[in-house]
Amino acid sequence: MAGESHHTGSPSALVRVSHGTVVRGTSTIWSDLNLEVFPGEFTAILGPNGSGKSTLLQVLLGRMPLAGGSAEVIGAAPGARRADIGYLPQHRAITAAERIRAIDIVGLGLTGARWGFRIPGTGTAEARRERAQIHEALDLVGASHYAQRAFGELSGGEQQRILIAQAIVRKPAFLLLDEPLDSLDLPTQASVVALIREVCTHQQIGVLLVAHDVNPLLTALDQVLYIANGHALQGAVDQVITSSQLSALFGMPIEVLTAADGRRVVIGTPDAPHHHGHRHSDGHGHG
Amino acid sequence: MIQMLSYPFMQHAVIAGTLIAVMSGTLGWFMVLRRQIFAGHTLSTMSFPGATAALVVGIPLAMGYYVACICAAIAIGWRAPTRHLTGPLSSARIGTIQVVGFATGFTLLGYSTHILGGLDQLLFGTFLGIDRTQLIILIAMTCVVVVIIACIGRPLVFASLDPELAEAVGLPVRALDIGFLILLGVVVAATAQITGALLVFALLVTPPAIAQRLTARPAQGMIVSAGIGVALIWLSLICAYFSVYPLGFFTTSIGFAVYVIVVVVQRSASGLRAVHV
Ligand SMILES: Nc1ncnc2c1ncn2[C@@H]1O[C@H](COP(=O)(O)OP(=O)(O)O)[C@@H](O)[C@H]1O
Ligand SMILES: [Mg+2]
Repeated sequence: MAGESHHTGSPSALVRVSHGTVVRGTSTIWSDLNLEVFPGEFTAILGPNGSGKSTLLQVLLGRMPLAGGSAEVIGAAPGARRADIGYLPQHRAITAAERIRAIDIVGLGLTGARWGFRIPGTGTAEARRERAQIHEALDLVGASHYAQRAFGELSGGEQQRILIAQAIVRKPAFLLLDEPLDSLDLPTQASVVALIREVCTHQQIGVLLVAHDVNPLLTALDQVLYIANGHALQGAVDQVITSSQLSALFGMPIEVLTAADGRRVVIGTPDAPHHHGHRHSDGHGHG
Repeated sequence: MIQMLSYPFMQHAVIAGTLIAVMSGTLGWFMVLRRQIFAGHTLSTMSFPGATAALVVGIPLAMGYYVACICAAIAIGWRAPTRHLTGPLSSARIGTIQVVGFATGFTLLGYSTHILGGLDQLLFGTFLGIDRTQLIILIAMTCVVVVIIACIGRPLVFASLDPELAEAVGLPVRALDIGFLILLGVVVAATAQITGALLVFALLVTPPAIAQRLTARPAQGMIVSAGIGVALIWLSLICAYFSVYPLGFFTTSIGFAVYVIVVVVQRSASGLRAVHV
């Protein structure tokens, strides 16, 4: 496990939620949620639509209080270390960026929240350092060769790489990605997952990625957090993704098949329809 | 041509036109980026109810312009903390505001007989009758607008492109939304007095539309947009000076022609590239 060696070196988790409960209005979204994420660890948050996955990210960003239990992010209260968190929201209105260069979109991740302006001729060393940082992020996601083009001219996969570069340009300790695989075709999903895995390992960033279909992620993950029916279940992939664990959590029969090469395929969870998952798991056995 | 500038009224017109073009070119760039073109159009029509109301109530015309535009800006920009400005509901709201504005304008028109003379001024402005006070107000306003945009430009670009993320990193997206509309309203009110209600919108939308085709860099886009606006106004003033047609005719038609030329040139250039590849 990629994160395992790190646990002994630095015992401090990036994220620690214990017995967390969230209430919205009068309804409890989930309760008794436990989660630990360590540097260099890739964790997926899975579960049907409306189960409270995005809500968990809001809690970690400090934008939503816990009604019970406790949460700690990078050793502080949620929200206190927001500058050290890279965040990629769900459903963004980024279409407005059609006529803005991709590199400027990445730059906003670094300096977008800065008020005021630089008097021309001053602070050139800082400007140079920022430019280098932006190019480093673009290199890391393999987007340098289309960074000068307008964002609207890029393909869905290229846009997603640019948005990931934007999320990591500050060199965050911790990355929150809300459904970054949405609306990407399967080969692109696979390459984006591989990219996130690489960034996670090489930069020793803790990654929390929200998805509603586990299959494209299975080989890259260190651990999963399933949320369903107001309950949550965290653990390593081979402990949690078993027929008995998932069937108990969802309250319905769920099958986990093991393919010839040892990969697992989850069949029967809501949002991951039968035929879809099955067919593609056969077709994409090579990864 | 040099002789044209020897008249004080032409000097004033050139200076005022330049200042107006700089302000509307810059704010228009954000308006187009934010896809608030309908909101911008509604603000430019607000000078009509503003002026008629001012004439009926008996306050200075200028005050009517400012009050109407700022009220409309707040009405358009107000939103619940968790909602964002785009979406079908918001354009329905903007449409309603525009209709209410027109209805108010026409209703008040019936209450006053001496408005008709003012109506001409309302639509076509008083470009050749700008006095020193107006000029000083415009100079001050341009300085303020440029400094404000320089200070909030980066967060405003961020909040315009990605309100969700901007809010998550702690930017006051809501304040930026409404603040931008109020700034736009003030500039529209000042511009409409001089160019008339019809030309305001052309100056707000044409230069940024051309600029966005020419460059995809934000800072450059704003500067190019303002520059195109200035060139457009100067050219129109020269044409209007030597002909019988009004300024607005030249501004709109030259602007449109430039836009079409840019589009055609870019299309054929990319067509050529495609052939070579
Ligand atoms: N602003 C809100 N106010 C009240 N309830 C909300 C709000 N946003 C989401 N919810 C509810 O919270 C639940 C969890 O939402 P969410 O975290 O977005 O789910 P997911 O990301 O897993 O699809 C849903 O049942 C949704 O109806
Ligand atoms: Mg969600």
